[in-house]
Amino acid sequence: MKPTILKNTHIIDPLQNLDKKADILIENGKITKIATQIQQTKDKTVVDLKGAVVAPGFIDMHVHLREPGYEHKATIATELASAVAGGFVGVACMPNTNPAIDDGSIVCYIKDQSEKTLNGLIDVYPIAAVTVNRDGKQITEMAELSEAGVVGFSDDGNPVGNAHIMRIALEYSKMFNKPIIQHAEEKSLTHDGVMNEGFVSTTLGLPGIPTIAEALMIQRDIMLTVYCGGKYHVAHLSTKLGLELIREAKRNGLPVTCEVTPHHFTLTEEEVRSFDTNTKMHPPLRTQEDVDAMKEGLSDGAIDVIATDHAPHSYDEKQVEYLYAPFGIVGLETAIGLSVSELVKPGVLTLAQMIEKFTVNPRRILNLPQATIKAGENACLTIFNPEEEWTVDIQRLKSKSKNSPFHGRKLFGKPVGVINNGRIMIG
Amino acid sequence: MSLTSRHLLGLHGVPKEDIVKILDSAVSFKEVLDRPIKKVPTLQGKTIVNLFFESSTRTRISFELAQRRLSADIVNFAASTSSLSKGETFKDTARNIEAMKIDMVVVRHQSAGAPHFLSRIVDANIINAGDGRHEHPTQALLDIFTLREKFETLEGLHICIVGDILHSRVALSNIYGLKAMGVNVSVCGPATMIPREIEKLGVDVYHHIDDVIPKVDALNVLRIQLERQEGGLFPSLREYHNYFGVTRDRLDRADKPITILHPGPINRDVELSADVADSEHSVILQQVLNGVAVRMAVLYLLSQSKP
Repeated sequence: MKPTILKNTHIIDPLQNLDKKADILIENGKITKIATQIQQTKDKTVVDLKGAVVAPGFIDMHVHLREPGYEHKATIATELASAVAGGFVGVACMPNTNPAIDDGSIVCYIKDQSEKTLNGLIDVYPIAAVTVNRDGKQITEMAELSEAGVVGFSDDGNPVGNAHIMRIALEYSKMFNKPIIQHAEEKSLTHDGVMNEGFVSTTLGLPGIPTIAEALMIQRDIMLTVYCGGKYHVAHLSTKLGLELIREAKRNGLPVTCEVTPHHFTLTEEEVRSFDTNTKMHPPLRTQEDVDAMKEGLSDGAIDVIATDHAPHSYDEKQVEYLYAPFGIVGLETAIGLSVSELVKPGVLTLAQMIEKFTVNPRRILNLPQATIKAGENACLTIFNPEEEWTVDIQRLKSKSKNSPFHGRKLFGKPVGVINNGRIMIG
Repeated sequence: MSLTSRHLLGLHGVPKEDIVKILDSAVSFKEVLDRPIKKVPTLQGKTIVNLFFESSTRTRISFELAQRRLSADIVNFAASTSSLSKGETFKDTARNIEAMKIDMVVVRHQSAGAPHFLSRIVDANIINAGDGRHEHPTQALLDIFTLREKFETLEGLHICIVGDILHSRVALSNIYGLKAMGVNVSVCGPATMIPREIEKLGVDVYHHIDDVIPKVDALNVLRIQLERQEGGLFPSLREYHNYFGVTRDRLDRADKPITILHPGPINRDVELSADVADSEHSVILQQVLNGVAVRMAVLYLLSQSKP
């Protein structure tokens, strides 16, 4: 990367409480100068950002890269391109690959593949399974996996259903200070459910997933955390009931954190009336009351992180009857747009607060080094234009799969580019 | 004459005028069924596929008869004999069939929404013959037709649907259709078989059948599917019959005769006692005849719709 001047930027860095308009000089992958005006010289590339926001590099801590095993849905190469297009410099990838990430060799494979992609522009942080083959019976070799570089443990897609196994996992993982990331669902209550249980599922004749299935599991896990410690993080929170439990646990000083997806603070179960299989995800879209609660939780800090649960599925897999379609949608490329449109524009969050939930908080939960914008620091930056309006066109998504319910939706807030690891990708 | 929609996917949102059109046409078609030669040339040259992904005897026969009476060419496709066992998708099956120039598709499927999905991928008129536990619109239309025959006017009647409401596509379509026609609708069944928030559809919920019998003009008694007991939703058929079975004793306690409907097939002495099923107030066999007439009306009216 040649020495580069980012002209006319709007720097927002919540860590330093910084919000100012300036130029940024980057040399050898490091920020060397921040000033109101930086002189242009011939040896430097100049990029005029025309007032776009420059923030510490965003992390999506809940992504399904699908490789190894499900390359027809997505590959590491395609999804890292999607991450860049979405404005992310790092992703944490879930272990429901085939084979599952339950062994150090798979961690190495993923890291190798990632480093080969885009010259290592994107940092990939594998999350290992809590249990071998994610089948809930025996915890994985967490010590070795930690040494191999995983940032947390999750059986995502499945809950850790057995309370004893969850206890063991929380206790054992304490030794490495890594979070257990729970897909909170009490399976004995969800059966064959495909959408939120309530009035809409009743009128559509679709089997329902009750909100208490999420809340019950969170409640159990909080009690376990009180009893035996550990770091507990709730993936893709979707219910008001679950949120209230987390808020209470935080008030009691417990090491409990959580994330919400853009679709869970944007869409309700009403979308399912179309029988469009891109409205089928786990946890399901909930009610307006839950959506409002998610926004409130983001606003008052009960919800720490915005993460996408980016879940590519091939066109054919989703072109089936609603009952048989797989759960999940892609999210990387619409995350910033939905967050600006649904949270910042209506005043739920300030831009600085939104940025915190995309970089400061996920980095803290996963024990990653913080990115910050000052002279001497590595240039690890996400650039986006919160004022730019655009229309989601699924055919233009970089992800290998196009399973998004947001096709045709107008959004404010468009990613402009990322800079990370001495690489730059703008436009 | 045609309907608002070119498909019959369900009765949710179907305007009263459309339902009345179907019922009125069915009256004419029922006259055809009384003639010595029970056939009209209405759908001559039209091709209809009966696409059944779930086993069905009476609905399929009823549709097939309706189609034959209208002189349509028909093709029957049943999942067990199909390419589905070779792993072909629903979508490919549907598009392959359509490539053979089909005008209408009658579809039954285990998944709610399958007919809606089909209507987006093929051009033919789609008729829902039962999708999962969602809707079964022609069943509800024949129930409504039968009630109109019996009572002449529907406005102000009180009908209770009895049984496993949670898993019933007949119940939902009946609720939508009957409410559109101004009928007062209640449901009655074990609490484990009443779907959540169903009262928001404007129906009263009962768990004691003796409380509702004195208030109604007719009971639409649903078939209890034996596998629901295995699912643990009720403890035993014996207890179901004792607490929810429609029996002569219970009906005799009401101060007027109560009309009995049942979509069939009946589990005798489970949801309905034999003497009630065969009594003069049972319209179960009229329902079967009316089913053919109503399906003829639906096929005819949809064939008139603009693509």
